[in-house]
Amino acid sequence: MNPDPMTELDQISAAQLAVANRELGPELAVPLPRDTPDGAALATALVESYPPKVGRKRSKHIRVNDPSTIPTIEANSRTVPGIITQRGCCYAGCKGVVLGPVTDIVHIVHGPVGCSYYSWMTRRNQAIVPEGEANYLPYTFTTDMTENEIIFGGEKKLLAAIREAYELLHPKAIAVFATCPVGLIGDDVHAVAAQAREELGINVFGFSCEGYKGVSQSAGHHIANNGLFKHVVGTEQLPDELKVNPIRVNLLGEYNIGGDAFELERVFARCGIELVSTFSGNAQYSDLARSADANLNLVMCHRSINYMAEMMETKYGIPWLKVNFIGAEATAKSLRKIARYFDDAVLIDRVEQVIAEELAALEPVRAEVLSRVGGKPVMLYVGGSRAHHYQSLFADIGMPVVAAGYEFAHRDDYEGSVVMPTITVDADSKNIEELTVAADPDAYEQRKSPDEIAELAERGVRLGEYDGMMAQMAKGAMVVDDISHAELERLIAEYQPAVVCSGIKDKYVIEKMGVPCKQLHNYDSGGPYAGFKGAINFYTEIDRMVNAQVWRLVTPPWATAPAPVG
Amino acid sequence: MALADTARVAAPTPVRSVSTTNACRMCMPLGASLALAGFEGTVPFLHGSQGCATYIRRYLISHFREPMDIASSSIAESSTVFGGESALVDGIANVARVYRPAMIGVATTCLTETIGEDVGGALARIDGCRPEPADPAADGSVSPTGAAPALVHVSTPAYAGTHVDGYQAAVAATVGALAEPGAPTEQVVVLPGLVSPADLRHLREVVDGFGLSHLLVPDISDRLDAGVAEEYQRLPPGGTPLAEAAAACRARAAVTLGGLVSPGTALAGELLEDRFGVAHHRLALPIGIRLTDALVETLEGLGGTAPHWLDAERGRLVDAYVDGHKYLAERTAVLFGDEDLVLGLAVWLAEIGVTPAACVTGGRSGRLAAELVRLAPELDGRVTVVDDGDFAEVEELVRALSPDLLVGHSRGYPLSRALDVPLVRVGLPIHDRVGAARTRHLGYRGTQELFDRVTNALIERRQDESAVGYAYM
Repeated sequence: MNPDPMTELDQISAAQLAVANRELGPELAVPLPRDTPDGAALATALVESYPPKVGRKRSKHIRVNDPSTIPTIEANSRTVPGIITQRGCCYAGCKGVVLGPVTDIVHIVHGPVGCSYYSWMTRRNQAIVPEGEANYLPYTFTTDMTENEIIFGGEKKLLAAIREAYELLHPKAIAVFATCPVGLIGDDVHAVAAQAREELGINVFGFSCEGYKGVSQSAGHHIANNGLFKHVVGTEQLPDELKVNPIRVNLLGEYNIGGDAFELERVFARCGIELVSTFSGNAQYSDLARSADANLNLVMCHRSINYMAEMMETKYGIPWLKVNFIGAEATAKSLRKIARYFDDAVLIDRVEQVIAEELAALEPVRAEVLSRVGGKPVMLYVGGSRAHHYQSLFADIGMPVVAAGYEFAHRDDYEGSVVMPTITVDADSKNIEELTVAADPDAYEQRKSPDEIAELAERGVRLGEYDGMMAQMAKGAMVVDDISHAELERLIAEYQPAVVCSGIKDKYVIEKMGVPCKQLHNYDSGGPYAGFKGAINFYTEIDRMVNAQVWRLVTPPWATAPAPVG
Repeated sequence: MALADTARVAAPTPVRSVSTTNACRMCMPLGASLALAGFEGTVPFLHGSQGCATYIRRYLISHFREPMDIASSSIAESSTVFGGESALVDGIANVARVYRPAMIGVATTCLTETIGEDVGGALARIDGCRPEPADPAADGSVSPTGAAPALVHVSTPAYAGTHVDGYQAAVAATVGALAEPGAPTEQVVVLPGLVSPADLRHLREVVDGFGLSHLLVPDISDRLDAGVAEEYQRLPPGGTPLAEAAAACRARAAVTLGGLVSPGTALAGELLEDRFGVAHHRLALPIGIRLTDALVETLEGLGGTAPHWLDAERGRLVDAYVDGHKYLAERTAVLFGDEDLVLGLAVWLAEIGVTPAACVTGGRSGRLAAELVRLAPELDGRVTVVDDGDFAEVEELVRALSPDLLVGHSRGYPLSRALDVPLVRVGLPIHDRVGAARTRHLGYRGTQELFDRVTNALIERRQDESAVGYAYM
């Protein structure tokens, strides 16, 4: 670290700072088209088809946005049974999302066959593994429990499966994931993991991520964060030769869907930013183990990883910065914030140079696509951060977001981290363990003093906090949490969007309605969409989808032709 | 048979491991959901964690590239202690209100089976306490016909069987629950198993061609392979009409195609025979000349007459065999997937001179090897059959056998890529190509299409490997 962080910043001229502050401020929404339907009336109409009790419940999840007085929305509460939700389960969040992408951990799913099968390479998270090193991504291991184990217990089979995996592959670590029946029959995955750890001399750790825990995959993210923090982070040291560059970051909540992490690695390398570990796209076990030696945590998908950022700050003194690398302008802004944080003149220059070059290459594509799609409305119903992040990408090409919402978010993802202390913990969340974390007497190292943090905040670099989706959305736009199929159909009929971003479960419903749907869980067959080159990919993809001539064929000519006369 | 093949196909049975590595089967609730989707106006409903419905939807939707709604009771942790009946009741009420289905098919999951939910009892209580709606339009809990949705229950814990078991169990449960005994009908009930929408359409055409009145149970062909519609319909049209499914117990015969299931799983055809005295015929999936001829004989035995066009299709297929045999002789293949499909394909491949040197399925019927030899005696001693297998075993066999071809679903792609063996995609899941719903496997026509694909895959490989670059093969 720079011994006197203010020196470099002081050298920046006032004019430069003014520009930087403006550039680092909140992003502006593309204004809604003039003919956008009235939100308040639509909000009422959305819940009409439900029984009254369900209607009242759902109404709390539906808000008409006002960025100046951010409304309170209900989120992260139990899904109404039978509503056809987009949501997945705790196991999906833990194994499928957070742990699954790590290439050299052997993941063993303790349970009947389906859970492992369905999380087998379906998220399109990519990895390029150094020559000669292990890559277990193409594998999914399961204890494949049968009736016998449900009745008599499956711990013995699990231990045998762990031993077998060790003998076959000699991995650095083995992670065990519990599915629904495991918790119900009382198998203790942690005890089995501890026994195996002792016996095999490698790191073996378990996750109690039974599908019924919590209200969505969000519970699984939290459980995954806890397990990684307890068992992996800080267990290895970064080698000295990798500590030469003080500009060292972790990228939290980036899962390398469609190669996003590859593009960010490229951009970081150009800027001279050393990436210690990504959590967890294109990551290896040792990257995660050494991550406590980074000097800044960058948080992409805060929904799935903010627990980790908070715990690492408390234990190791690493501040965290919310970033968004989705969208060219957003990427530029995030890079500038990183540069300001490290307060390094060379880095600041290099970042500006990279931004200038990358934007120059991107601009012709952006301008051309904007000329064809600008002003056309978009809806986003996906994830716990993407429905927000992608608004920046659509802003690049002038497409207004008329309606958006998350699948498994909490209130702070909508309203901003400022509301976190006011979120009430209900029965469903109470069962997810909150780790008690304290500063590590040996490993804690304060990277920035409170004064420096305050100073940075004044300069547009707000550490340890984030805005929610609502701050960026236009006044009057519709926000719906945990949207149901029926609600989505109604919104599409009313808003007639040019494109809807959602997931595979809605995709073909939306396309049957004659509207293109871009999957933002696994990107269909596309990507990367992050960073600068990713933005180019996304612009052209949206242009292609919105303007494809196939939509003109949906209605046959005789269906609209006037009836013959006479 | 070619003597040269004997050495190549002598592969040891792979060592059984504790873990299942890259499984070769899916779970019972998936199969049940798919079967239930084949009944008219039906919404499949999984009683358990919502993740089951979500994962299964993602899997099936990616295969068919069609909407596939599966409701869930979204069981939470507290319900694992206090029981999930209230979530089940609420869920059914909400589906009934919003979808107005004719039937809700409730399949259980590992969770609800492990805690021992009395789903049948719960559904009976819902049925019992539901008043007749006075005004169907005002009370949302009715179908467009004004009747309360039929509620059907099937027990499908993933630890007890495969997706095929779940599929067959759901068909049997539905046929049994809806059954309305009465005057016998002239219908032939065709129970096609887990085949593609294109297969179902073709089967309908074939049985129609014999002049036989018939019913496909279930029938996903319209609901999971639909055209674009003027207006999106939340309940896709099509599927086996419930009234006709109710009359299946009065049919003159039932024909099960496939039907290899784990011990303990009942087939709808067996249920119709045991409980209602319907004559039950059981055939392998009609792939190739031999197995399709067997279907033709059965349909003739039921009083039908083979249509001329079918005869012509058979002739063209044999002619294609003649044209293609030089590309196929002495080639070997490794097959994986569902037992029924693997059996049909293996018997057919043997017929065209390709040795199905290894057949790996996730199935647990324990009957595949015997069925193979019964239907294709020439395969005796020349094929390695692995039941309850996984892709670790497929890989081991592919390495040992160096086959010319893999025949199976998309899950074989990584292996195909790593070991450089071409893959012909059949069955489910197909997530890396378009047209899964349109892939025909059955009848002379389906075989013709498979034949061309298999032969061309081998020709293409030979052409690509040629140093000369022949444009005439």
